[in-house]
Amino acid sequence: MSLSFLLQGHPSKSAYLRAALPVLALGGLLAAVFYRQPMAMSYFGLNLLLNLAIPVAFATMAQVVILAVGDLDLSIGTFVSLTATIGATLLPTNPALAIVVLLALIGVYALAGALVEWRKLPSIVVTLGLSFVWLGCAVLLLPVPGGRAPAWMVDAMRFKVPLAPLPIWVALGAALMGHWLITRSSLGTRMRGLGGHAAALARAGQSLVLLRAQAYALAGFFGVVAGMLLVGQATSADANIASRYTLVSIAAAILGGCEFSGGRVSPAGAVAGALTMTLAASFLTFLNVPSDWQIGVQGAILVLVLGLRAAMDLLEGRK
Amino acid sequence: MSATILSPGLGSWQQRVKTAPWLGSVLAAAAAFAVTIANGQIQGIPGLLAAALSFSALTVLVALGQMLVISTGPGNADLSIPSTIALSSAVSMLVMDGSDSMVLPGLVAAMGVGAAVGLLNFGLIRLLRIPPIIATLANSLIVMSCAISLGRGLKIKPPPIFIELVTLRLGGIPLLALFALAVSVLVWLVVERTVFGRSLCALGQNARAAEFSGVRVVRTSLLAYVICAALAGLTGALIAGFAGGNSLDQGDEYLLLTIAVVVIGGTSVSGGRPCVPGIWGAALFMFLLVAMLNAAGASAGLRMLLTGVIIITVIALAGSGSERA
Repeated sequence: MSLSFLLQGHPSKSAYLRAALPVLALGGLLAAVFYRQPMAMSYFGLNLLLNLAIPVAFATMAQVVILAVGDLDLSIGTFVSLTATIGATLLPTNPALAIVVLLALIGVYALAGALVEWRKLPSIVVTLGLSFVWLGCAVLLLPVPGGRAPAWMVDAMRFKVPLAPLPIWVALGAALMGHWLITRSSLGTRMRGLGGHAAALARAGQSLVLLRAQAYALAGFFGVVAGMLLVGQATSADANIASRYTLVSIAAAILGGCEFSGGRVSPAGAVAGALTMTLAASFLTFLNVPSDWQIGVQGAILVLVLGLRAAMDLLEGRK
Repeated sequence: MSATILSPGLGSWQQRVKTAPWLGSVLAAAAAFAVTIANGQIQGIPGLLAAALSFSALTVLVALGQMLVISTGPGNADLSIPSTIALSSAVSMLVMDGSDSMVLPGLVAAMGVGAAVGLLNFGLIRLLRIPPIIATLANSLIVMSCAISLGRGLKIKPPPIFIELVTLRLGGIPLLALFALAVSVLVWLVVERTVFGRSLCALGQNARAAEFSGVRVVRTSLLAYVICAALAGLTGALIAGFAGGNSLDQGDEYLLLTIAVVVIGGTSVSGGRPCVPGIWGAALFMFLLVAMLNAAGASAGLRMLLTGVIIITVIALAGSGSERA
């Protein structure tokens, strides 16, 4: 908002609190779930509880990349739906074509990023338009729910991993991958620079158009991964299978400590945020929240998270 | 405050287009209409025109509000419009309860529901200091839940006189279109001639500068959100009357449609430059476009795909050129 720039102070103790928030929220929620359903405290129970978080973690990672460059992606949900649809229709019958199409989709993402930078457009309007493109394509491919994921994919998602259930390994993998690609790598650093201070990067001789295109391509790649994992899990697809991911990914990323203003993101925190958001949905069913109110409660959780963040900002500003 | 732009000599055609940003959308609508006539049967024209005006009137009413919100700053938009329409159409049908005498209270209730949603939107933006997109998105989920629990299985027909009013034609022109035109003129006067309108432009062009120069930033953007949601609420009731009852998905199409119509109509996405006349051209253009695609036998998927592509193309061509969101 207009005056928020006055309230941003130096990092302080509350910055550590901010970094710990996603982990604390996840731990607290997990404890609440175990208290309510002690049966969930097992390999099988955890697998069941967190299974849905696998694709969400990667969709969130896509959103984190976009947030890092200071944009917002309102199309990630429909994009994951589209890639899942491709996974359930083209991939089993014509794998080569499916791979070409998926690569082309990542290319379209990159073009959208280039367009946003080149024409100085607001990302939300472009991605809102894109969401209709993705949904239209998905409906054309699969007018009614159906299709079938390749058998190897379904088997892979059912694999019983030793030590801990698959979702935990995947979450760790996503967090490490995100941390390496976004926080550690040179490309990731430049992307965060683009979100933080684009003019400085331009001075340093970077092509902003290319950089934003790369960021969007990376987001598209994460979206494809999310779609493949999702269709492997669900075994079939429909054109709206992941439409709620748009909001969930934003909420998870923000819960995980990412900023809207660009440049400040936390991939590992975002994965914790994705697990928390998924658990919250399961917890609501444990609490017998009527289905009418479930999406409302999701919105309320988002508001709550943002409220906590606003309170922390205020604390930081006072110090 | 003469916050608005450009009064250079009208030299080239480009400058002329810039001073009349609505021109493009009106020309596009005219072209779409010409193509439709050339392709279609001549006898269907009065009917097509009436349908185009009726549907465009509904679009215009919602888009006028969206225009105010978009004008408050770069990247701002109200994403809660579909939920607001779903809730207000349910509330209006409940209040009217099929009785002719309750039409007016029903409409007032619908606007009241909208205004409340707008107030909540603004409250979230202000208190949490988050981008309007996120605030309105989160709020839309809460509002949608209310609409679901209130509107599930609701089968109340609109009062007969209400149905008659929303479908009435005066000399071939729908009453609804005349009403929307009147509201458009009102909004245009407000934007061009009142302190609120001028403050809105100043706020959208540079919030800091506006604040430092004494513009009442909070009040201005509060009004924009409340007016936007109230108009969406009113339109929700009208849609329910038009469609013979309320349903939860009645507002879905108005999310992208309103943003598209506002932007195609020449309003700047980066804020501060609203354009009322262009909304009519863009609304008619979008309706005729969909009608053409329907006539050509395009499936729902293809329609969505093309709508998305067209919107991105138009936005890219219009370009904001200045600050991004």
